[in-house]
Amino acid sequence: MRQFATIRCTINGRDTETSVDVRASLADMLRGEYRLTSVKKGCEVGECGACNVIIDGECYNSCIYMAIWADGKNIRTVEGLEGPGGELSEIQRLFVEEGAVQCGFCTPGFLMTATAILESAQGGQKYSRDDLRRELSGHLCRCTGYENILRAVEKAVSRTLP
Amino acid sequence: MFDFEAVYEAKSVAHAVELRVRHPEAKILAGGSDILIETRAGKLAGCSVISIFKLDELRGVSMDGDGTLRIGALTSFSHLTRDPLIGRCIKVLGEAAGTAGGPQLRNIGTIGGNVCNGVTSADTASTLMAWDAVMEYAGPRGVRRAPMREHYVKAGVVAIAPDEILTSILIPRDSYERCFGCYIKYAMRGAMDIATLGCSVNVRLSGDLGTVERMRAAYGVAAPVPVRGFSAESVANGQPVSPETINSAAAAALSDVNPRSSWRASRELRLQLAEELTRRAFRESVIRAGGIL
Repeated sequence: MRQFATIRCTINGRDTETSVDVRASLADMLRGEYRLTSVKKGCEVGECGACNVIIDGECYNSCIYMAIWADGKNIRTVEGLEGPGGELSEIQRLFVEEGAVQCGFCTPGFLMTATAILESAQGGQKYSRDDLRRELSGHLCRCTGYENILRAVEKAVSRTLP
Repeated sequence: MFDFEAVYEAKSVAHAVELRVRHPEAKILAGGSDILIETRAGKLAGCSVISIFKLDELRGVSMDGDGTLRIGALTSFSHLTRDPLIGRCIKVLGEAAGTAGGPQLRNIGTIGGNVCNGVTSADTASTLMAWDAVMEYAGPRGVRRAPMREHYVKAGVVAIAPDEILTSILIPRDSYERCFGCYIKYAMRGAMDIATLGCSVNVRLSGDLGTVERMRAAYGVAAPVPVRGFSAESVANGQPVSPETINSAAAAALSDVNPRSSWRASRELRLQLAEELTRRAFRESVIRAGGIL
């Protein structure tokens, strides 16, 4: 027997409500119900980070996060990063500038981790290059463009310094 | 979509226990970083789960009236690492939690799940074992407590009754007061890897810092379940703080462990690691306690 649950949550600043199969992952819900296709399904076992989203300020791989757990949560995806006129956010611009986007499949996941890092840096958290490597270690880039990604995040973090 | 037969969502600890009684075949789903993956891989396909993830009363670290440190079973690895009480009483547990998986895994993985799936490689388990953690379970007959050593039955099997859930992990005051520890995870990669061998040591030195008042050690991936290093401990206890004491404890550790050969590493490498990591973790614990070597 199929079971459904009503999920009310905030997605990219908008209050939403939908009915989901209780067996769905958050990635299923974000892609299927809300067409937020920046949320990529890579490995679907929580290893590659392509489906990474921010939930209540922390990063989670949405492929191994149950959709029913999203009830009452505040969820952010790359679609929520753009400005009111569709312009790129600073971290996205830096990814472009540093050549940190190759095939692009890992990019949305990396961007959300980078966003969480930047927000904590704005809150006063200090990051060394090694700290940033460690914070980015939950993402795989099959184009192996890690250095450029690291450089983009490092540059963004350095701009938060007074 | 996960291949579950049914998903039951617990609304409270009492409700979780009720669901356990009603659906004894269902697995408890905490952060899901093992169960969801094994379901995806087909190993647990078709199973039913009781989700306790939304029971926020099981998150966080607090101090009981008698000084017992209480860690909610759903506290995530990253929250453990950042928690000020953990930092003050048992910093090494936060450090051990910080070695598990990668950043997103550490946000979803829970300490309760880490010790309830019964695997020997669990990064927090050896530290909890070395600090004489006490497991607190809720069941239809009320609350039950048991020492961590009784929690592990054999690889993948823990002593939780079919109608119980783990609610808290307790560290008694005598277990953390004036104690300093170190966890060393030996793994092939710096992230997203499982320990080849893990060793957690902690010490309490005498007031003049000259004697090892109490040393405790525990190991992961050194036996089918996390094990205590009682031989190493008995060699070290009451001995002067010296390289000789550390070396003899490290040598004695070899009789505490019984590792196997697997595709990750041979038994021989793991034996060498047990000795060497005991030496290094013991040494670092002494230094953190203010001892001079």
